[in-house]
Amino acid sequence: MSHLIGHYNYWIVIFLMMAGLYVVIAQGNLVKKIVGLNIFQASVYILFISMAKVEGGTAPIIVEGTTLYSNPLPHVLILTAIVVGVATTALALALVVRINSAYSSVEEDEIHEQDQSF
Amino acid sequence: MINEHLPVLQVLVPLLAAPLCLLFHERRFAWSISLALSLVALVIAALLLQHSLADGVISYELGGWSMHWGIEYRVDIVNAFVLLVVTTIASVVLLFARQSVLAELYRARIPLFYAIYMLCLGGLLGVTISGDVFNLFVFMEISALSSYTLIALSQERRALTSAYQYLIMGTIGATFLLIGIGLMYIMTGTLNMRDLADALPAVTGNRTIVTAFAFIVVGISIKLALVPLHLWLPNAYAYAPSAVTAFIASTATKVAFYVLLRFLFTIFGVGFSFSNMLLGGIFLVLGLLAIFAGSTAAIFQDNIKRMLAYSSIAQIGFMTLGISFVTSTGVGAAILHLFNHAIMKAALFLALGSVFYRLGSVNIRDMQGIGREMPWTMTAFVIGGLSLVGVPLTVGFISKWYLVLGALEQGWWPVAAAVLLASLLTLVYIWRVIDAAWLQAPAAPRQDALTEAPPGMLLPLWGLILANLYFGIDTSLSVSVAMQAADWLLGGGG
Repeated sequence: MSHLIGHYNYWIVIFLMMAGLYVVIAQGNLVKKIVGLNIFQASVYILFISMAKVEGGTAPIIVEGTTLYSNPLPHVLILTAIVVGVATTALALALVVRINSAYSSVEEDEIHEQDQSF
Repeated sequence: MINEHLPVLQVLVPLLAAPLCLLFHERRFAWSISLALSLVALVIAALLLQHSLADGVISYELGGWSMHWGIEYRVDIVNAFVLLVVTTIASVVLLFARQSVLAELYRARIPLFYAIYMLCLGGLLGVTISGDVFNLFVFMEISALSSYTLIALSQERRALTSAYQYLIMGTIGATFLLIGIGLMYIMTGTLNMRDLADALPAVTGNRTIVTAFAFIVVGISIKLALVPLHLWLPNAYAYAPSAVTAFIASTATKVAFYVLLRFLFTIFGVGFSFSNMLLGGIFLVLGLLAIFAGSTAAIFQDNIKRMLAYSSIAQIGFMTLGISFVTSTGVGAAILHLFNHAIMKAALFLALGSVFYRLGSVNIRDMQGIGREMPWTMTAFVIGGLSLVGVPLTVGFISKWYLVLGALEQGWWPVAAAVLLASLLTLVYIWRVIDAAWLQAPAAPRQDALTEAPPGMLLPLWGLILANLYFGIDTSLSVSVAMQAADWLLGGGG
């Protein structure tokens, strides 16, 4: 039991990961798919951030009297990954805007129907 | 002085072109600066290959930080070879692109096209040269985001949905890779490829590493479009502008394949990847499946660009089959095919780009009788197609030869027979185009007489076709580099 609770951060990560991936696969709405993708990516951010925590460690700033710090590297990595994620979301939304003006729809099945009809 | 900074210049030089194209925002300037800088990148790649053949590994510490903490760029025979392939294709396609994009893109977007093209090239080179797994992820996303944009630049509206689909799949793939990298970092505390290779054997029994391995292999396989994760590829290639298809088809999947080689052989090591994880058997099955599914689907396509896209899936199968042998001949054949497929697919897509430039379509019904009107373009297509089939005196033959040799060395003669059978399937779909273009008359008389493509497009096309023939006859350079690279990978070099 303590094993389960002790790793609660991983349970959150796995739940978000699966929920996000499910939305990407199951949703037919192109905007909602992007939301799912964001949730999926956010789970990875939490995975990285939570592994950086060192028990009893403080923020990695040199202060008198502390010797134990959390690992700052994963935070920096995730800062980069968030930038990548924002760029991906922006591009995806821009594509959806253009798809909407070309097809007058953001529903996957309606777009598919229009492509088949000519 | 400048020599020791070559690894970082390899990535910086193409990236520099992007802001310049945006700043001046003028079509001819953008093209000239992009071409000039991609040629500089090509020279740098050639120098790096020469250095790595002579002195072995070149290690470059970015910003002077020790590689254990900072980012290391690391060049050995394997990635020097890939760098050369990518920069060569990028330069040739740029030569072709000047007239091609003028006809296929909105005028105002052309300077943007060159900016994004160079960003994509910079990203691909960064993926190839980096010795740091997180840096590799970032560059992979730079190249991926720019390739989604390049595809969406097409005037065809279906390009938008294809780019969207590619974006969703590509992002899932990249995020899987990131999860794998995170799990490896948890276990080893390092992101440097060589440090990882040193630290992983101590923790191989751990289930976290097995999970990391699974995430990484699946993530890269999505980027590589290995069956059954290939669904994004046919539409993306079919509806992208011609120059973009030629560029992405012959570089992006090749770089993804290189990343796969790097992770399997250098980071995880042959023993873990193939003895503990039994990836050889999985890749054997998926490779064969890709070869037959891709080739069979290609036969039924009327859009020739789409047909070649399915053919690319089959060719990726050949490369994957090569690594499943885990012998130096097999891996060598895979690396050789990486090079050979890049030059033949680029040539075929450039030929189709020329057809589209004059005809405005690449549908097989519109292409009837086109051989007599555009003889140079269609002769190039025939030679490129025969190379894809694997006819002797072309590069396609060389890679098939080593692949069959690798299969026979293992005593797997059914696999060798399957490779030969797949070549027959390739002949079927290439023959459909040859038949339509040369042996049939146009169904309806054309409104305007077709003329041959302009020299600015024919020259890069024929340059690649001659390379197809040259490397099919004089194999000393390509085969020896590929085999050395394979030995290097199997020897655990890194």
